[in-house]
Amino acid sequence: MMWVLLWTDALVFALVAVIVTFVLYARKHEHMRAPWREVVRGRIAVAALVVLMTYTVTGLLDSVHFRKALPMQDGQQEVQYAGDVVSLLDGLLGDLATQVEKTYSAPFATTLYTRETVIAEDGTQQRIFPRLKYGGAHLADPVSERVGDIALRSLRALGEALLIILLLYALLSAWLGRRWNTGSAAAALRMLRGETDVPWRTALVTLFVFVFLAALIVNLASVWHVFGTDKVGKDVLYQTIKSIRTGLVIGTLTTLVMLPFAVFLGMMAGYFRGWVDDVIQYLYTTLNSIPGVLLIAASVLMMQVYMDTHPELFETMEERADLRLLFLCLILGITSWTGLCRLLRGETLKLRELEYVQAADAFGVAKATILMRHLLPNLMHLVLIAVVIDFSGLVLAEAVLSYVGVGVDATTMSWGNMINRARLEMAREPMVWWSLLAAFSFMFMLVLAANLFADAVRDAFDPRLRAQR
Amino acid sequence: MTQTLLQVDNLSVRIGNGDSAIRPVDGVSFEIRRGETFALLGESGCGKSMTALALLRLLPQPAGEIVSGSVRLDGEELLALTESGMRAVRGGRIAMIFQEPMTSLNPVMTVGAQIAESLEQHKNLRGEAARQRVLELLDDVGIPDAARRFGEYPHQLSGGMKQRVMIAIALAGDPDLLIADEPTTALDVTIQAQVLDLMRKLQREHGMAVLLITHDLGVVSEMADRIAVMYAGQLVEQAPRDVFFGKARHPYSKKLFAALPDSSKREQRLTVIPGTVPPLNQVFYACRFAERCERAWELCNRQQPDWFAVDAEQGVRCHLADPTLSPPTSSDEQDAVAVARSQPSTAPPQTLLEVNGLKIHFPIQRGLFKRVVGQVRAVDGIDLAIPSGQTLALVGESGCGKTTVGKGILQLLNVTAGSVCFESVELTQLKGEALRSRRSDFQIIFQDPYSSMNPRMSVGDIIEEGMIAQRIGAGKAERRQRVAKLLEQVGLRPEHIHRYPHEFSGGQRQRICIARALAVNPKLIVCDEPTSALDVSVQAQILNLLQDLQNELGLSFLFITHDLSVVAYLADRIAVMYLGRIVEEGNVEDVLENPRHPYTEALLSAVPRVNDGDGRKIIRLEGDLPSPSNPPTGCHFHPRCRHAQAQCSAEYPPVSEVSGTHQVRCYLWDRQTGSVPPE
Amino acid sequence: MFAYIIRRTLYAIPILIGVNMITFVLFFVVNSPDDVARMNLGMKHVTPEAIEKWKADHGYDQPLLYNADAPGVERLTDTIFFEKSVKLFAFEFGSSDAGRDIGADISERMWPSLAIAVPTLLLGLLVHVSFAMLLAFFRGTYLDLSGVILCVVLMSISGLFYIIAGQYLFSKLFHLVPVSGYEPGWQAWRFVLLPVLIGVFSGLGASGRWYRTIFLEEINRDYVRTARAKGLPELRLLFRHVLKNAMVPILTGVVVILPLLFMGSLIMESFFGIPGLGSYTIEAIQKQDFAIVRAMVFLGSVLYIIGLLLTDLSYTLVDPRIRLS
Repeated sequence: MMWVLLWTDALVFALVAVIVTFVLYARKHEHMRAPWREVVRGRIAVAALVVLMTYTVTGLLDSVHFRKALPMQDGQQEVQYAGDVVSLLDGLLGDLATQVEKTYSAPFATTLYTRETVIAEDGTQQRIFPRLKYGGAHLADPVSERVGDIALRSLRALGEALLIILLLYALLSAWLGRRWNTGSAAAALRMLRGETDVPWRTALVTLFVFVFLAALIVNLASVWHVFGTDKVGKDVLYQTIKSIRTGLVIGTLTTLVMLPFAVFLGMMAGYFRGWVDDVIQYLYTTLNSIPGVLLIAASVLMMQVYMDTHPELFETMEERADLRLLFLCLILGITSWTGLCRLLRGETLKLRELEYVQAADAFGVAKATILMRHLLPNLMHLVLIAVVIDFSGLVLAEAVLSYVGVGVDATTMSWGNMINRARLEMAREPMVWWSLLAAFSFMFMLVLAANLFADAVRDAFDPRLRAQR
Repeated sequence: MTQTLLQVDNLSVRIGNGDSAIRPVDGVSFEIRRGETFALLGESGCGKSMTALALLRLLPQPAGEIVSGSVRLDGEELLALTESGMRAVRGGRIAMIFQEPMTSLNPVMTVGAQIAESLEQHKNLRGEAARQRVLELLDDVGIPDAARRFGEYPHQLSGGMKQRVMIAIALAGDPDLLIADEPTTALDVTIQAQVLDLMRKLQREHGMAVLLITHDLGVVSEMADRIAVMYAGQLVEQAPRDVFFGKARHPYSKKLFAALPDSSKREQRLTVIPGTVPPLNQVFYACRFAERCERAWELCNRQQPDWFAVDAEQGVRCHLADPTLSPPTSSDEQDAVAVARSQPSTAPPQTLLEVNGLKIHFPIQRGLFKRVVGQVRAVDGIDLAIPSGQTLALVGESGCGKTTVGKGILQLLNVTAGSVCFESVELTQLKGEALRSRRSDFQIIFQDPYSSMNPRMSVGDIIEEGMIAQRIGAGKAERRQRVAKLLEQVGLRPEHIHRYPHEFSGGQRQRICIARALAVNPKLIVCDEPTSALDVSVQAQILNLLQDLQNELGLSFLFITHDLSVVAYLADRIAVMYLGRIVEEGNVEDVLENPRHPYTEALLSAVPRVNDGDGRKIIRLEGDLPSPSNPPTGCHFHPRCRHAQAQCSAEYPPVSEVSGTHQVRCYLWDRQTGSVPPE
Repeated sequence: MFAYIIRRTLYAIPILIGVNMITFVLFFVVNSPDDVARMNLGMKHVTPEAIEKWKADHGYDQPLLYNADAPGVERLTDTIFFEKSVKLFAFEFGSSDAGRDIGADISERMWPSLAIAVPTLLLGLLVHVSFAMLLAFFRGTYLDLSGVILCVVLMSISGLFYIIAGQYLFSKLFHLVPVSGYEPGWQAWRFVLLPVLIGVFSGLGASGRWYRTIFLEEINRDYVRTARAKGLPELRLLFRHVLKNAMVPILTGVVVILPLLFMGSLIMESFFGIPGLGSYTIEAIQKQDFAIVRAMVFLGSVLYIIGLLLTDLSYTLVDPRIRLS
């Protein structure tokens, strides 16, 4: 096995490192800890957080890439590696990627969606719905056995999920029991009654839903196409799950790219004023004046031309697709820092007049120190709110951009690409709806969770809102 | 028709739910009689505004709720009225004006429309009839040129004018009762005097009762017929004005008087009330004031006192007033502690700071190329000198440029012209490192204790910051030691070092700010209104602390304030500022007892005083402070001056020496007679 | 006022120059015209001659910035920079890579765009503000709470879903309106109706919630307490005091996008086959017709700057506190 570190992988793990550092920092500072404590006390926020964590874990698993070693041939000296890059998630999903049918098939179908002409044993030509190669292939008589098989496998999934959650519940009780010095039984009871500060019961219930879904996938997907297959017979569920990483990468890396610009320039403009302010304002007014989609489109088109004319730069298809994803994030970042920058500039203008900044001036504290010690920490809550709010917008934007044709690479699996490919299928008779529905519902769950979580974060961190309540 | 207009019984209000619920009003009862002024006196957070809002059922929604009690207007229970019935009362029989005239008017509606709206609601007047009535009302509240003002928007009016418009809105419904919630707190003292005058006049003419809510003993003394003192959600004393100012019974009331700074207390420490108001989210089992009361005894910590009627008019909530108890006797009034003030030694003190011809102008820029089209002359040529170990008070109304002077001296602003000489070093010429290293000599304490500390830093880091920047103290350990010492010096505990600013009350924060300034061993501290955001009892603590520090460390203060009673208590010399210039300067006794400039005179007479009798001659100033971007020609004060002559509008008057220590800039000062000519 | 407009217009010039520089760098420096030609020709028969011919056909055969071969002033004017970028300032958009006159296309295609965009904006404003007012009136009740939750859910659904679901429901299932297409004149309403309704509905979540926040912010202000102390009924309070103040941020937020309505909506027009500027742009992007994209970028910036100017002017109309000088 050869580990492969794609650019976006590296940045994703850098981001994880940033988040961990931030958490460690926040733990030490009461002004950061208190609002977070408030966030995790909300039931909705905790449920949303569990959803987000589930997506994140999936995305992270999909960010550890490697190339499989090919079996040693006789007389071969060096290990050869497969040409395609796969991730840990692919490993977990097993054969889902390779169980390709001929063309469309509906969810849980045992036959193709279209008739085909086959030559029967007696030599006559027949128009029938042929059996699928993989979907329900283990059944002898699909018509009578299908419901029973699905029910049985679902029940098993339910049982497994319950078992896992009960185990987690027991572990959690033991841990909390020790923390509260009440013993695990008492802690378990408190959780069950919903009497804990952090709504553990809600967290467990939400987690149960996801564990159950995961168990369903594990149990069903190996023999069924749970969400059907697409035009070329690929499993839709597999595509939808693989799209999670793309959505997360766009939602997070874009912000990571944009933040330094927005924070640095915004603070500089607000604090130094004068010509610095003029230049920065000119910069963002100019960038802002180009309609966003057009600027993104123009940049992406140019990037595309560049990549097309320099094919020698990329070793594998995955690398190429990955770089394109990264550039999309960069472009989205460059076009979207202006809003936050303007906000931070305005806030800095207000903060610099505050008396504690003047007091620092009166002590002769250096300007850089004032920026870092007095201004930045007091702007952090705005940055945080902007980051969580932007996230959902970016995930949605990916779909639109892919539709316009300036999104991620066509070979990258993403919800936008799925929707883009599937939108003409609505016009088919009979209609093919499962690709669209799968993409929309996975995207909807992520965005809804992100929006709800963003609301909770904003409520906790925005002092103005706090005063209103 | 009975004598009683409004009868409030056992009113209780709750804000919020669950553990965080507070009870800002807890069992308040009082009555207001027709035509009288009833004052509700209390410090911030005592529940007096909530009481007023509860009377009109205007508590903040959905958090606020009236838990119990009854409010009867002319015998009619207001709390039982339907919402639409209540609307007829609001603005009709009871009108209300608020503290902040700046935000209390709708910014996008004309003044006339806002008044007319009330007429339409309560008098059913519309169209031309309404317009006529609005013009009458504007006239009534003393707004000149009413026809023009009718169509203007609130932002075109000054603060005093806005408050007059608020009063006109209140009058529109011909109310029986006017609730005035700190009506003049946001205004300057000369404007406050105008508005209070107006309220008195209107009350006489309309025969309405006024519920005056204020924290200012002076205003109460001038306005009120009867007074109720509120503390931590309860009334603690109620009495007619004369009785209250003569024989207050509750220890809290007595302390309030004693804590007021004034010139007669110069040689002693101000009486302070230790501690702070208890939080109102708890259930009380003891007297709410017991913790801060020096006459509290064991019973006070065990049992809430009941209301005791001293006589028909006076009542008090205190165990001391219970005739069945015999409280332990104490040396009733604590003797004022005399402080040894740093007496000016026989040798003339060394001059620490000398300011000559200081000008600070802010350019008004317009257009694409930021063309300078004018100058705001915030400070326009002032001379000051502060001897070491003394206090110079810079007095003036808001907008006169006094804060700008302070910041200009500290080189926090670019000085346009003039010199600032500190220990014979010209500060305006210093640049970069040379200036930075001198910054430890002069420090500043700000007005707002809430915004003057970075909320993200611990107290230790805040105090240490200046030491690091000025390289004072070798190493972290030594600095931390010094921080602990400083905290003790300003009356806090060393273990506060790890706490954050939001955990402290306003007064404690101001102590931290003082410690921060002291950390770099300054010789001069500019105190920019350091007590004006604080309650009287806390103000006294801070003033005492400043006084002690000056005696101990020989500090000089430039004390910037609008509060003349603080000046009288603390300052050695006074400079009175008007529109960027100093109009009068002298020793404290000279200026306060013998003011020579008409503006100083007016300023002094406008301050509401406690127990001043009625014999005081009050000089009322007309109009508002002009804009410093376009000051009047000649003497800036002449458009508002009673004594203005032709000469005054021609040229700014030169400095005249009244005595060796007293200068004034006014043509009235006649060298020969040495007096201001009679009116 | 007049002087102010002049000054603001002057201020637009450096911004437009900036926009022009950005597009020039993007389109001609990142990739040379040779690259573009190669890509357009496809990867098959790329000979130097073919590239030169393509460049000559499409007017990319001049040097970028400085033409040393040309006489006199033409050294500067006979360049790609002058021909393709500077001429935009005169609104000479030239011809597209497919050979059509862009200027003519734009003036023809902006009307269908407006036919969709204007009704969407007006109806949207009406519906969103009314919805937000309703929530603000019932603030703190379950109606308000469920309204807010509805907004968050609506916000979380991709805009593409609304279009696809709308087309499916109204056109395929109920056959109420045609799926797509356009017809000029009054007959257009049949084609306009569905995109407008979908446009309004898909914006309900975000706008409704944002406007509600604005309303609540205003309701908590001191002047509302004053109005309440006058005894005004709640509805009148909302309409006369709160709405008027809240309209300041709402209207000015709308005014800035007014000029951009000409540009149409990319997604909506392409899904419904409306021959407007939005679908024009999207087709250009998909066909990689850079001349059109350049023209649209410039046009968009000009319109945005006009929008900014209009915003400033509209402030003076709705907010008496602001006077331009």
